[in-house]
Amino acid sequence: MSIDHNLLVAVSKSVGLFYLIAMAATALVYSCWPANRERFNKAARDIIDDEDAPWQ
Amino acid sequence: MVSNLTVGERQGALAILIVLTLCGLVMAAAAAGHGDPMEMHGYLVMLFSLGVMAILLRGFLAPPPSEARLASYYDDPIKVGIIIAMIWAVFGMIIGDWVAWLLAYPDATFDAAWASFGRMRPAHTSGVIFGFGGNALIATSFHVMQRTSRARLPDQLSPWFVLLGYNLFCLIGISGYFMGVTQSKEYAEPEWYADIWLVVVWVAYFILYMRTLARRKEPHIYVANWYYLAFILVVAILHIVNNLAVPVSFAGAKSYSLFAGVQDAMTQWWYGHNAVAFFLTAGFLGMMYYYLPKRAQRPIYSYRMSIVGFWGITFFYMWAGSHHLHYTALPEWVQTLGMTFSLMLLVPSWIAAANALLTLNGAWDRVRDDATLRFMMMAAVFYGLSTFEGSFMAIRPVNALSHYTDWTIAHVHAGVLGWVSLIVFGSFYALIPWLWKRERMYSPTLVEVHFWLALSGTLVYVFSMWNSGIIQGLMWRTYNDSGTLTYSFLDSVVAMHPYYVARAIGGLLFLSGTLVGCYNMWRTIRWSSAISAAAPDELAPPELLPAE
Repeated sequence: MSIDHNLLVAVSKSVGLFYLIAMAATALVYSCWPANRERFNKAARDIIDDEDAPWQ
Repeated sequence: MVSNLTVGERQGALAILIVLTLCGLVMAAAAAGHGDPMEMHGYLVMLFSLGVMAILLRGFLAPPPSEARLASYYDDPIKVGIIIAMIWAVFGMIIGDWVAWLLAYPDATFDAAWASFGRMRPAHTSGVIFGFGGNALIATSFHVMQRTSRARLPDQLSPWFVLLGYNLFCLIGISGYFMGVTQSKEYAEPEWYADIWLVVVWVAYFILYMRTLARRKEPHIYVANWYYLAFILVVAILHIVNNLAVPVSFAGAKSYSLFAGVQDAMTQWWYGHNAVAFFLTAGFLGMMYYYLPKRAQRPIYSYRMSIVGFWGITFFYMWAGSHHLHYTALPEWVQTLGMTFSLMLLVPSWIAAANALLTLNGAWDRVRDDATLRFMMMAAVFYGLSTFEGSFMAIRPVNALSHYTDWTIAHVHAGVLGWVSLIVFGSFYALIPWLWKRERMYSPTLVEVHFWLALSGTLVYVFSMWNSGIIQGLMWRTYNDSGTLTYSFLDSVVAMHPYYVARAIGGLLFLSGTLVGCYNMWRTIRWSSAISAAAPDELAPPELLPAE
């Protein structure tokens, strides 16, 4: 089977569509996952004061 | 500075510089026979390497640094990067304003090839984007990666290699434009040997970032790092693919692109728009997500939104480049695809802008009193405005009016003056006192002066180009009763004159602000710490009583 223009268009219209939606859904679920809430809040707080020195 | 390098690092640096000098010698010798401009670049590489070598050798025999250095962050390359970025800013903006005046008064030029618009214009764009923006990104990324990882850079040689190697690339590129060396790809003008050198530098940059993250003591990788990493990784991909070319000879500067026709145009604008996305947006969003909350002393409004925004930007931007090629030989479905993704981009773009502004909600008194924070706030406002404008201009019928006119120039400058430059200046004003251990900038008043010069310059610039762009677009599509064009192209050129004068004045205001900023930064750096500690603390946040 040769890879021609029509094939690429068909793949991008089918698989392409769903893999983009799947990636978007994964990112959305990860960011909104309730168990991640505390980790994210801590990450946002922790940078406010980090000038002192590297942790040993 | 050299004395902070270990003996092994000094030897490594010397070895690299010797190899680089030899490379320069080979380039010069190979091109010398037939008067190719690569000969000059050979000498430039040699001169640069020998100059750095001279600095290295002056401290080469200094006693090795103590182990105590490992207990602190490694900030020397960040400091140098900030200074280099400001030098490039002044250079790039002077050339830019010069070109702006030339457009208003075309006769006021030297009768020389190097001073022609076609050579000066890329010197301006590369000077500000790569010289100023790139060095600002490299310097701040070294700062952000260490602080958020709570880890020191893994070694002291590779950051210098990245910083100085990158500047060698900028020098080769920009000096080449003045000599007529260009591969005529917008924002990717440097020829093949400069491109190969940038790949080497960029891979070293990526490895350095990954090594620092691998050493991190803080398990969570803060979101700003993701933006910086996207910047580094995607720029590598873009740069390599778009610059695939075959040199006419290894002894000459000229090369031919691997792509031709509409494929060439598509590759170029896939690169070009993603350069906007990942060079001029992703890295600077990293800067915003780190310096804005720190300066405001408030965590980012929504960390979740920053993650959603990140993935939205990385997914969507990749497809948007074809909106630069509406109504061309590019298949219409590719144009439509670019338009659609450009419209969807509005969501992650406004997520970032809203996240920044909502972080400041409740701290508006500080924005009022602190010009540094106001720089960052205004950057977020311009980011929101210019991304809205960009999505709007990507719509095909809107593009029919805006394309090839000064509206595009207005849009780009709302982005680079209003967003990129303001976030850099805000970040630098926050960062410089931290790095040089000063209590504050030398003169808060001058920060205020810089803010208003930069803002007024941006507004004058953008409004004049909006006017001229829309007038141009309308003049080019006005028909008379007999069905022919009412205005000749020259009529539209004449009509632009007052706006071009206004644009050059706007640029001059912005440049003046940058010069004021340089002076203030220089005084802050030269300010001895004893004086700074004793100085009255003018900028301390006022003790505001609650409004109960």
